[in-house]
Amino acid sequence: MNLRDLQSGFIHYLLDEPSTVPQAVHGEAEAGLAVYHNAYRSQLVDCLKDSYERLWAWLGDDGFEAAARHHIALNPPHSWTLGDYGHGFAATIATLYPDDPEVTEIAALDWALRRAFDGPDAAAFDLSRLAQVDWDEAVITFVPTLDLLPVKTNCGAIWNAIAAGQDVPGAAMLPAPGWVRVWRVALQPHFTTIEQAEVDAIRLAASGLSFARLCDRLAQDMGMDSAVEAAGRYLASWVQDGLIADIR
Amino acid sequence: MSHETITPFHGFGLGLRIPHFQNYLNEDVPVDFLEIISENFMVAGGRPLYVLDQLRERWPVAMHGVSMSIGSADGVRADYLERLKALAQKVDPLWISDHLSWSRIEHVNSHDLLPLPFTEEALDAVCANIAHVQDVLERPLVLENPSTYLTFADDQMTEWAFLTEMTRRTGCYLLLDVNNIYVSGTNNGFDPYDYLAGVPADRVRQVHLAGHSQGRHRLIDTHDQPVPDPVWDLFARIYPRLGPVAAMIERDDRIPPLEDLLAELDTARAIAARVAEAV
Repeated sequence: MNLRDLQSGFIHYLLDEPSTVPQAVHGEAEAGLAVYHNAYRSQLVDCLKDSYERLWAWLGDDGFEAAARHHIALNPPHSWTLGDYGHGFAATIATLYPDDPEVTEIAALDWALRRAFDGPDAAAFDLSRLAQVDWDEAVITFVPTLDLLPVKTNCGAIWNAIAAGQDVPGAAMLPAPGWVRVWRVALQPHFTTIEQAEVDAIRLAASGLSFARLCDRLAQDMGMDSAVEAAGRYLASWVQDGLIADIR
Repeated sequence: MSHETITPFHGFGLGLRIPHFQNYLNEDVPVDFLEIISENFMVAGGRPLYVLDQLRERWPVAMHGVSMSIGSADGVRADYLERLKALAQKVDPLWISDHLSWSRIEHVNSHDLLPLPFTEEALDAVCANIAHVQDVLERPLVLENPSTYLTFADDQMTEWAFLTEMTRRTGCYLLLDVNNIYVSGTNNGFDPYDYLAGVPADRVRQVHLAGHSQGRHRLIDTHDQPVPDPVWDLFARIYPRLGPVAAMIERDDRIPPLEDLLAELDTARAIAARVAEAV
């Protein structure tokens, strides 16, 4: 058997597909192939446990392992790095837990925080430069690890309680759908739950709109007084939270 | 560094693992070099690269990868090599190593170190891939003998004959994992001492020392145990034949406190001193 056919057959064997590789192995094939067959799955399960630690805690060992093995059976890895393998697991979770939205949201939060952990570096905007900003023209640049996740449940409270080793609250729907913003300050990923209007403001600012134009746009929805108050409040929290990399 | 040679480095080191980050950042840890898992640092930013930046100022660093898939009939991925080279430019490592194995074919990446047949065809494919990698990285590659759990009916040579010819044709170097020799020998029925006698010792730049576990039908290269006596015995046999070499304890699971690994490293130092004196 040539090298390509042997390697193709080996991968098919790992994926539980018809394979000629057992005939190519010297002597008794099953025991040796079983080591590789098991290692392929167990390594991917461990990878998902590492990336989805709070989801693992929420589902428990058996629930998480079943979900992980379901995902692995449907999604062979393609990336050069094992670090990418967690991508798409939240979508699998959504199909497995359609009536438990907090499960998918905890998964999405785990993954976003993992991405932020080793995402691109950016220094937070220096507060001392605020006085020099020309607010008529100023455009805000957010840190590159900023991510926005739509949420309907108290996934953030659940995540925090698990992380802190505290009593974990039961799943509950939020009074209104909201968002979680995820970002990293220096070396530490953070997240917080925010309202729809702040997401709108972040998206406007990230699109390159100046802060002055952003206020005008918000005013179309909420009136000028409310828009100025909201924009000021958002800007203060963005600066204090280290969400902004630059204003110029 | 010359494109053709790797200057030997003599010393005793450890693999850098997350539970020990704070030890290395805050303490004067008695190691001569550190080995990193390259892929763990082939990321955009954040804590892993921050830590590496601090530590590479204090210790020489060897880059050890698990994703090159040097034996793949599909060749080595260009995007992987590009990122590996970028990390090497940042780290300025002692050398870049990976495994004599394959992981990927037809766009599926098993992320495991799968066994190669020891055939002329596989040797040609591996050597062509090594030549390409060395051209891209502009430095010689160091390759490690993996643990294996089977051999192939079509094998035409021993693993050590394969390594000898591979190094002769390509000029690459070897990372000799003594535990892997023991594990593969036990699983596949060869004498580890025959392996040591046949391996091209002058090409060895690094040695891995690790532990293993007994599976149902095979020894498993788990790296979750202290180095066992049979592996120390093999190390004692090969060490006098090596030139200046970088030897290290490799531990990846059930990672103990750093002091336990440093004690194992002292054992390696003591064996090396004893067998060197006896020569």
